[in-house]
Amino acid sequence: MCATCGCSGTAVVRLFPVAPAGATGTRQHAHPHANHEHGQHEHQIHHHDYSLQGDERTIQLEQKVLAKNDRLAEQNRDWLRERGVLAINLMSSPGAGKTTLLERTAREMGSKMAISVIEGDQAAMLDAERIRSSGCHVVQINTGAGCHLDAAMVAEGLRLLDPPGGSVVMIENVGNLVCPALFDLGEQARVVLASVTEGDDKPRKYPYMFRRADLVLVSKTDLLPYVDFDSKRHAADVRKTAPDALMLQVSAATGAGMNEWYAWLRRRTPAPQE
Amino acid sequence: MHELAITESVVDAVTERLPDARVTCVRLEIGALSGVVADSVRFCFDLVTEGTNLEGARLEITEVAGRCHCKVCSCDFEPDGPIAICPCGSIEINVMAGEELKIQSVQVA
Repeated sequence: MCATCGCSGTAVVRLFPVAPAGATGTRQHAHPHANHEHGQHEHQIHHHDYSLQGDERTIQLEQKVLAKNDRLAEQNRDWLRERGVLAINLMSSPGAGKTTLLERTAREMGSKMAISVIEGDQAAMLDAERIRSSGCHVVQINTGAGCHLDAAMVAEGLRLLDPPGGSVVMIENVGNLVCPALFDLGEQARVVLASVTEGDDKPRKYPYMFRRADLVLVSKTDLLPYVDFDSKRHAADVRKTAPDALMLQVSAATGAGMNEWYAWLRRRTPAPQE
Repeated sequence: MHELAITESVVDAVTERLPDARVTCVRLEIGALSGVVADSVRFCFDLVTEGTNLEGARLEITEVAGRCHCKVCSCDFEPDGPIAICPCGSIEINVMAGEELKIQSVQVA
């Protein structure tokens, strides 16, 4: 599709069920990027305004560019609500510690709540393997040319995961502080991870990402003594950019602050259904 | 480069609404604070429309300037660049314009 680098815009979605040792079976599904219809879908009735201009005519569309993604995201949200599943959109720059946070969360909370994971990366299945080792069902989405997950990819991931009522689906977005901010996935909450090794200026530099966060997790706090990170300034900037967001400090390496994160998760997780 | 996906969304939306039309022009509205770079959309447009009923279409983009209100100093200002920071240094702002990302109209033959 792309004439410059020859990449195709096709995302590949693979399921990694937690399997008995030795079994490596995966199911996979090639998914045409942003061109996917999810379940039942009601077409809107459009009123076209026509105006003639020579042999050509102008048709007023007046629609949001991301209307289709937003519609699919709403379908995901309805599907999750009906099932009683909590979906979290976890976003950060690459290397902020999303996968490590999820590994520790799965290890420590796996017996108390059912957690499954949708992993988004441009390529490779490294994160899916890591997460599966910690005992979770995982779907790996390789976005190919894409720099973010979209609602259609997540719809496919959810269908493969088939999460039970009362469970949590962690959607680990592609590591990127720009693009994922624009795409609603149908999640109930947006969590942004900001590691202390990245510096304290990220809320100022990437306000779109922080503006709609429900929770900002300051990660790798065990490294605070070794890096130049002004926690007060960072917290003040997060508060200005996202006045309603809660902030927590965590270290997935030492476990500091993780209980507060678990409590936040538990407060949002629906009760298992009959 | 989410502009590739954004441009694909434009093509998808137009072909969904007008599956049989030969589209000769697409008019978009992109706000300065939408997080989408108009030049990158222009760059992607020819690649993405290839082989669709938008192939060869002209792309016209109206770029909408950002307009913000500062909650600290109460001034209205037009942000300098894609990030809204008030000249007083505050980032506590309300965005009044500039977040548009819309397909206005298309011309068909």
